[in-house]
This record gives sequence, structure tokens and C-alpha cells, in this order.
Amino acid sequence: MEVIIENLPLYWEGLLRTLFLSVVSGIIALILGTLLAAARVSPVAALRGFSTVYVEILRNTPLTIAFFFAAIVLPRLGVTFQQFEVAAIIALSAYTAAFIAEAVRSGVNSVPLGQAEAARSIGMNFGQVLNLIILPQALRTVIPPLINILIALVKNSSVAGAFFVLELFGYGRQMANANGDQVMAVLLGVAFFYLLLTIPLGILASTVERKVAIAR
Amino acid sequence: MTSVLYDVPGPKARRVSLIGSVVGTVLILGLLAWIGMTLAQQGIFEGRRWAIFTRGDVWTLLANGLGATLTAAALAAVIAFPLGLMFCLLRISLVAWIRIPARVVLEFLRGMPVVLMMLFVLLVFGTSSFVAVVAGLVLYNTAIFAEIIRAGIQSLPKGQREAGLTIGLTSFQSRMLIELPQAVRRMMPSLVAQLVVLLKDTSLGYIVAYGELLRAVQVMADFLGNAFLFPIFFVAAAIYIVINICVSRLAIWIERRGSTKTAGGVAKAPTAVVAPELPDVRESK
Amino acid sequence: MKAFMTRRKSFFVAATAALALSLSACGGTTPGTTSDPTVADKPTFAAGTTMAKLSAAGTIKIGTKYDQPLFGQVGLDGKPVGFDVEMGKLIAAKLGIAADKIEWSETVSANREPFIEQGKVDIVIATYTINDKRKQVVSFAGPYYEAGQALMVNKDNTSITKPEDVAGKKVCSVTGSTPAATIVDKYKAELVPAATYSACLEPLRNKQVEAITTDNVILAGFVDKEPDAFKLASDQTFTKEPYGIGLKKDDTEFRNWINDQLEAFGKDGSYKKAWEATAGSVIKTAPELPAIKRY
Repeated sequence: MEVIIENLPLYWEGLLRTLFLSVVSGIIALILGTLLAAARVSPVAALRGFSTVYVEILRNTPLTIAFFFAAIVLPRLGVTFQQFEVAAIIALSAYTAAFIAEAVRSGVNSVPLGQAEAARSIGMNFGQVLNLIILPQALRTVIPPLINILIALVKNSSVAGAFFVLELFGYGRQMANANGDQVMAVLLGVAFFYLLLTIPLGILASTVERKVAIAR
Repeated sequence: MTSVLYDVPGPKARRVSLIGSVVGTVLILGLLAWIGMTLAQQGIFEGRRWAIFTRGDVWTLLANGLGATLTAAALAAVIAFPLGLMFCLLRISLVAWIRIPARVVLEFLRGMPVVLMMLFVLLVFGTSSFVAVVAGLVLYNTAIFAEIIRAGIQSLPKGQREAGLTIGLTSFQSRMLIELPQAVRRMMPSLVAQLVVLLKDTSLGYIVAYGELLRAVQVMADFLGNAFLFPIFFVAAAIYIVINICVSRLAIWIERRGSTKTAGGVAKAPTAVVAPELPDVRESK
Repeated sequence: MKAFMTRRKSFFVAATAALALSLSACGGTTPGTTSDPTVADKPTFAAGTTMAKLSAAGTIKIGTKYDQPLFGQVGLDGKPVGFDVEMGKLIAAKLGIAADKIEWSETVSANREPFIEQGKVDIVIATYTINDKRKQVVSFAGPYYEAGQALMVNKDNTSITKPEDVAGKKVCSVTGSTPAATIVDKYKAELVPAATYSACLEPLRNKQVEAITTDNVILAGFVDKEPDAFKLASDQTFTKEPYGIGLKKDDTEFRNWINDQLEAFGKDGSYKKAWEATAGSVIKTAPELPAIKRY
């Protein structure tokens, strides 16, 4: 216990970094993922194709490989950055976007056919149907799975600890080494701080789920 | 279904779409070409860097890494599945003092990064990295399997359980004989899709020094020199993607094949493999 | 559908083949690649000692690192090579155990003590710095080598020559390692954590970090592989890292015996030979065996 209190500043710093990575990557992934989902159902074949290939590849790539690519291969392509957080955010948001795209797409599919038909029959075009009718309804049903994806994102950000970014997991390793005799307490502390982020999100997910279930 | 979203494109729209497609394809090919050119300038494609793949020992090491990846994944799946079934039963138990602790444990495991659990087992129990990797995967996937199967049971028509109880089965018998078999069949696509996640997560073993595929790559690059990092890395990434796509396809195939043996049919493969979609989390009766 | 069936089948076939391959590779024993010291013929030890036990068993379990160039690094044949490995072979030979009868296992920094405590390995020779904290849980024979922390920079870097120069600058090291803690706590560098030391090379090359820090001998291995890209910031080290051989706590007989052997290796030239066969390819001046610390 003592060791946790002693190192509270480090835990705090790690928690903030984890939160920062998760929030920024989460926002980028949500935008990118929604765009990909829209592309997936669009009339333009190339967009559909691109979106499908992107989602298939990223979903089947281990996150560590994505990190490896962003942190080590990208700089070789001349995309250098002074902050390694940038690499972590690229990897996390590119990876997460694929899952978000799939979730949103299934949400689009879950909207009853009649909705789209009605919208079309009053003369809306593809963009209007999607923006005004389908996506608002789809997003409601996909919110619980989306939150689950965001929970996974928070947990996945721990991989950044092995790729040049000191976040909660990285600090945890550091503290575990410095306090070799109290490893268990140190790591339970790390676990506690992760739960601090993930459990509220989980509760939010089930609450929203219940609300949505009643509303429809 | 998607075609409902827009009119069947007319000649003009088709032309615009075609032009768009061509431009898009050209842009993407251009980007790929630029990446290729840049890498080529750095000498990535020099023959000598790729010549290592003519060596048998390089392939042996890659095969060893792949073997370690598959072994850990298979073992973890085999252990986690029955544990998941068990936890699922505990989680939907009618007895509160069984149900609530089970729920707490599952929530705890689900909210934890897999790599943290691996590190915990490695350091606190001082196991080999193999045991740490398998244990980390088992702990996490037990929770996920339990939740998937629970979702399957809850999605069954109520009549199934009611019928079971009516013919005099006990609650437990109804769970085991009627609900579980259907739930597992029904959720098969999700369960198989979770295997992809499990397989991908073995690569976290890299961080705790388990000699899986990614670490085999690193070790080889260390030994041969960093000049060979990229070729080996690309080959390893390709291996991962091919295997995972195969397993994903298996999930989709099971879903399409469907089944007439369950009351509700087979559920769709999950949209978000990373976190299975769960229906309502209300307590089951 | 049919096409898919065959594809799936072939995948499983490939997977099984890979598994079989990996198993056979684990089971097979290949003779040591560098040197095979003369094996003592039926040495005798006092009954009940660890030496007698190991000698009678005819095998010894040694933990070493698999990712430290020059000291313990796994080769393409899956066998570790390096100075630590040579020391292990020398000790095993004195127990009457041939090099191919040694069971090597990979120990990482984090699990060396637990491995010794639980008897998963008999001894650990793994660039293992002797310090008081570790002495509370394991015992150390040696030291058999004294390394020290150093900095590696890009060839064209002239601004970093001593550890004080890295204050506020980005320095790459392995997450949770002692050199990482030192460079942050004592020299106020900004730590960029990596999974392995070799993972730090690309960021250094791309000038995303200013330096890499760890023990000088490991860095020397990197410089040796790419002398046109990297150099050591200075030949001076700023910590002392006496490498010891870890064994079960309070097995004093075994510890004393290993210490005796180490001193013998220093005298009969096998220490120097082991060095020249491994790390000596980079660090030309062979070290003198440091004074053994018996406690």
C-alpha cells in the first residue's frame, strides 16, 4: 500500500498520459471510423473497396504491428515527429477506426429499411439520407458497442508503454523495477487506475444500452 | 440493403462514380508508389536484404515464432473456453451470492489490459514468459467468452427455458441441456471471431519476452543487424494478417452456413471483434 | 464453399507443420558454435552439495539473456552465444557436464530472481549486476566482469560527451531497467522507453532521441554492427555494474566453489579465451578478472 501512496505522482502522470492518448485517439478514430463506414455503403465503388480493404487489414493486424509501423517504419518514410505520442496516436486511431467503422456499418444495417425508403421517397439524396435519417438512428444503436470499443482503446493504449511513450503501463513497469520487493502492490495499483477509467465507461455503456432498448 | 440508400445510378452518376473510382485508385496507387520509392531510396529493397529469405534457418526461426504464437493461442483458447462456460453459469446464477462475485470478477478481468495481466503473472508469480502469456490470455478471454455465451443465452427465445422447466428439468438441467448448447452454437461466429483477438493478443508476448513471432523478428534483426529489420518485419506482418483473415473468414463462413438446430438461428459475426457486442446487461431471471 | 474448405484445410496443415517444426527444433541439440571447453572427467564432490547433485545429474539449467549482443544472444540456430554463455560452459565443464548437456533458458531482467528462487534454473549468468537489493533474495558468485553505464549517440553528435549533457534531452532505454532509472533520477534526462535496446536504434538514427543508454558492453555491440552510424559518447562509464553469477540464496558451498573456478579461469587463460571468442571481437583489450568478492 505504502509504495502506491509514495508513487502517487507517477501514477497520476501515467493516468493523465493514458487518458490523453485515449481521448485524442478516440476522437480521431470516431471521425475516421464514421467516414469509413459511410464510404463502405456509398455508391462509389472505389470508396467501398478502399474502406473494405482498410477495415479488413487493420482489424486483422496485431496492435503491436501497427505500433511498430507507426513508430519505426513511418519515420523511415520521412514522417518524423519529435513527440512519440504522435506515433502512438496514429497507431491507436488507425487501428480503432477499423473497429468503429464496422460497428457503425452494422448500426446502419440495423436501421429498418422503411426509414431509408421513406427518406428517399421524399426526395432526399444519398448524403441527406445518411446524415439526417440513417446515421442519427444508427449512432443510437451503436453507442453501446462504440463504448466497448473505447474501453478496449483505453486498455490498448498500454501497448504504447513498450513503444517510446511513458503512460500508465510504462510507469508501472518502471515502478515495479524500482520496488522489486513490492511488485504485487505496484501492479495492483496500476490495475486500479485502469479500472478507474474502464469501469465507469462500462457502466455508461450498460446504462445507455438500457435507455436505447426502451426508446425503440 | 445498402442499395436502398441511393438510386440505381444513372449514366451521369455512373460516369461521375467511375471517374471518382479511377481518380481514387490512382491516388492510392500513387501513395503506395511513393511509399515504395521512398523505401527503395533507403535501400530497403536491395537484394541482399531479402536474400536472407533463401536461408533455411531464417524460416526455421520464423516457423518457431509462429509455432510459439499458435501454441500459446491454442492452449489459451482451450483453457479459457470451459472456464468461460463456467463463469457464464455463475454469472447468471439465480443465487445472488454466486452471481454478484462472479460479475465483479468478470468486470475486473474485462477492464484490465491483457499485457498488464501478463506482466503481473510474470513478475508476481515468477513464471516463465510462456506461462505468463497463456495466463494473461486465459484470464482475459475467460471473461470475454463468458460474456459472449451469456449474450447467447439471453438472446434465446424465452420459451426454450420455460419449456425445459415445464417438462420437469431443474433450472441447472435446463441451462446445461437446453440453453447452453444452443447459446454456444448461436454465438459460434462471435466465439471464433474472438479467437482472432486472442491470436492477435499473443503478440503482446513481445513485451514480456515470450519468443512468439514478433519477438522472433526482433531477435533475428538483433542478430543479423538492423538492416534486415524491415524485410523480416514485412514478412511477419504478412503472416499475421493472412492467418487472422483466414480465421475471420471461418467466422463469417460459420455465420453464413447458419444452423437449423437452434431456436434463434446463428447470430451474426460481431461487428466489433475487439469488444463483443452485448445485449442488455440486466440480470437474467 | 469448396474452395474455402480446402483453404482452411491447407491452413491447418501449415499450422501443424509449423508446430512440428518448432517442436523438433526445440528437441534437437546442436553442438556449441563457439568453443567447447574440456570437460572434467568424473569430478568428485562432497556428498550433499549442489555440485555433487548437478554432476551426478549430468545436466545443469542455466538462465541467460537472449537479446544482449556479445554476452547472451540467441543465434539463428536457436542457441544462445556470447561471453555469459561461455562462462556457463566453463563452469558446466568443471562439473563434468558437456556443453550440449546444458539446458539454456531465457531469463529477462524481470524474472531472474524468481527463477532462481523457484529452482527453474540452477544458476543465472545474464549481465546480472550484483547489488544489495538483489542480495537479499539471491546469492552472487563473482563478479566475473565489470561493466558500466554509458551513452551511445549518432556519429555526428558532438554535443553529448558526458552524462551531464543529457539533462532535459530525450534518451532511449528499456522500460523498467536500472540504467533507465539512473539516467532519469541522477542526470534528469527525459526517458523514452522501449521494449528492447535494439528497438532504440531506429529512433536514434532518425534523431528522435539524442542518445541510448545502458551498459557499455551492450552499446559496444551496436556500434560494432554499424560503426558508420553510431559511436559511444565517451569511453568513460559513469556507473559500475559488476556482473555476478546468481544462485540460490545461502548456498555458500556452491558460491565458494564457483568463485574458486572463476579464479582458476583467470589464471589458466580460459577466461581470456572466452572473452576473445565473443566480446573480444569488438572490445579488443581483454579485461582482467575483477577481484572476486567473497561474502
